[in-house]
Amino acid sequence: MATVTTTPGKVSPVSAKAGEIRDKSLWQKIRDGRLAYLYIAPAAIAMAVITLYPMIFQIWMSFTTYSTRNLKATYADILTNTPPAPSYTLNNYTDIFGGLTKYGVTNYDFWRLLSFNVVWAFSNVIFHVTIGILVAMVLNRKKLFGRRLYRSLFLIPWAMPPFVVALIWRNMFNTQFGAINQLFGVQIPWLESNAADPIPFLPLLPLSYFAILITNVWLGWPFMSVVATGALQSVSPELYEAADMDGASRWQRFWNVTVPSIRPAMVPAIMLGLIWTFNQFNVIYFVSQGGPYGRTEILVTQAYKFVSEKRLYGLASAFSIIVFFILLIITLATNRVTKATEGTNEN
Amino acid sequence: MASQQTLARPIVETVGAQAATAYKKPNTLLGDIGAQLFLIFLSLVVLFPVLWVLAMAIDPRDITRPTTLIPPGASFAAFERIFTQPQANGVYVLSALWNSVLVAGATALLAGLLGMTAGYAFSRFNFPGRKQGLLGFIVVQMMPAGATLAPLFILLTAIPFGDSTLRDHLAGLVVAYASGALPFVIWNLKGYFDTIPKDLEEAALIDGASQFQAFRRVVLPLSLPAFAVTILFSFMSGWSEYLMAWVFLSKPERFTLPMLLAGMVGQYSANTRWSDFAALSIVMSVPILVLFFVLQKWIVSGLTIGGVKG
Repeated sequence: MATVTTTPGKVSPVSAKAGEIRDKSLWQKIRDGRLAYLYIAPAAIAMAVITLYPMIFQIWMSFTTYSTRNLKATYADILTNTPPAPSYTLNNYTDIFGGLTKYGVTNYDFWRLLSFNVVWAFSNVIFHVTIGILVAMVLNRKKLFGRRLYRSLFLIPWAMPPFVVALIWRNMFNTQFGAINQLFGVQIPWLESNAADPIPFLPLLPLSYFAILITNVWLGWPFMSVVATGALQSVSPELYEAADMDGASRWQRFWNVTVPSIRPAMVPAIMLGLIWTFNQFNVIYFVSQGGPYGRTEILVTQAYKFVSEKRLYGLASAFSIIVFFILLIITLATNRVTKATEGTNEN
Repeated sequence: MASQQTLARPIVETVGAQAATAYKKPNTLLGDIGAQLFLIFLSLVVLFPVLWVLAMAIDPRDITRPTTLIPPGASFAAFERIFTQPQANGVYVLSALWNSVLVAGATALLAGLLGMTAGYAFSRFNFPGRKQGLLGFIVVQMMPAGATLAPLFILLTAIPFGDSTLRDHLAGLVVAYASGALPFVIWNLKGYFDTIPKDLEEAALIDGASQFQAFRRVVLPLSLPAFAVTILFSFMSGWSEYLMAWVFLSKPERFTLPMLLAGMVGQYSANTRWSDFAALSIVMSVPILVLFFVLQKWIVSGLTIGGVKG
């Protein structure tokens, strides 16, 4: 061994420049990256078991008539008996679009659910981002009195368990002695929990929607504000100086300097925020409970009801597969518009 | 999340950013007053539900909708009660509190460790599938968490663990929670590692440090802010989850705190003691606030990268 060969394992990862790697074959690159794969493996395995496996299982389940009797629910089940295998079917998918009256599901319309869900996700995120950036900018003022106090205070909505927040807001929106009613001195009759008195008709839908919107905005803006605060620290001062020299107004400064500068930081947060809000279970499940007449139901809460009320496992699986693809389309579309991965994946 | 993208910039630029904070037009008095009014208004909006819960907790009448901040006959009896008397299912708050601390703490630890190595690899190495891998971690979040309950239930029931199955143990929850937090943790840490110059590690390697030593002595101390956010995030995801715990756990002695809270207002509890519920809500947010105050110093430096000048 007279010639000194660099063994891939010896090359320290920090010195591995992109240029050196580009000329190698794919196999060589994979060999070089084996340490990286080793580092990622534990996380990848955990994700594969806990998330990917249920996903694949879900795809299989969505083509079956799975129900409670097919469950291996107890430890004894595993050791002793084998539950009957479910039979295969395409009905779950056709039923979702064709109506579910035969299962006794009422107030169900897939396209209404989907369009409400999209409106719900986007309207929430718009408020989260707007308020988040506004607050971050105000807190970024020079010599602001009480800055630290405000920053800690504004973390409270994020620190409380979402379902507790949802329950509290539900009571605050209550018709009798709800805090909101006390504040405004009005009666809002759409959120009565026990529905002893008949729920009013649809004209009250906007109110019910506002109730869940207010709750979720209260819950979600601090996170965006934290992201925006971080983003604002990296705006280059020269840009502001240049804008001032050109005689830019405050508004122009915001749109031409601040927004482009904080965009790379905000876009991934916005995309994750869209995914989280699209599947926001707690607020809808606890505050409006999908009412009135299922008009504020979103896809996830509907899927949960399939399982909890009707034990329709196969149907719920088909439902979540559809949710997955809808979210994938939304994310890829936003990614196209915002070029998020290019900004985040490049060093 | 705070640090994710912002900090995915060269240190030089971020240090210049401190000048950005310094450079500002002089504040007008009117602007100052406006800002304070806005922030005070916002504080009231944030605090209003919190004060409402407090009013519920000290109200002896067990009402869901208090009308005054200090109700007649206000007392802290509810706080005493929840710690001394067992809940309807015979569980004591202290036992559930301990379970929750265990679950959330282990979740934070597991997610932090797995996310640390993965985030480091995504940041420092160049290998085929890197971009797709990063995206892949996000994509799996698109499956609604509630909908994966059934398959996960079946899977974890199939794994024998201890006296029964993994599904019936806190360990099962920890694995599930940690993998739920991992996508954010990895992206957050990866973004932060990107901002730490490779030269620093190289210098350490030249000085004879091993790869691990270079990581422990150079990268780790510099990324404390990102770790603080990560720990807070993943602790919280294990602390407040109740749906999965509710479905998975069957033994009352393993119940977590959010399960007790949910059980108090669930469909089988006709006569909910609302003052107890409110008191327990407050008790439950205390550990989070404590954790935040412990981590705050690091987190805020994470926002301004002030203490991390390369």
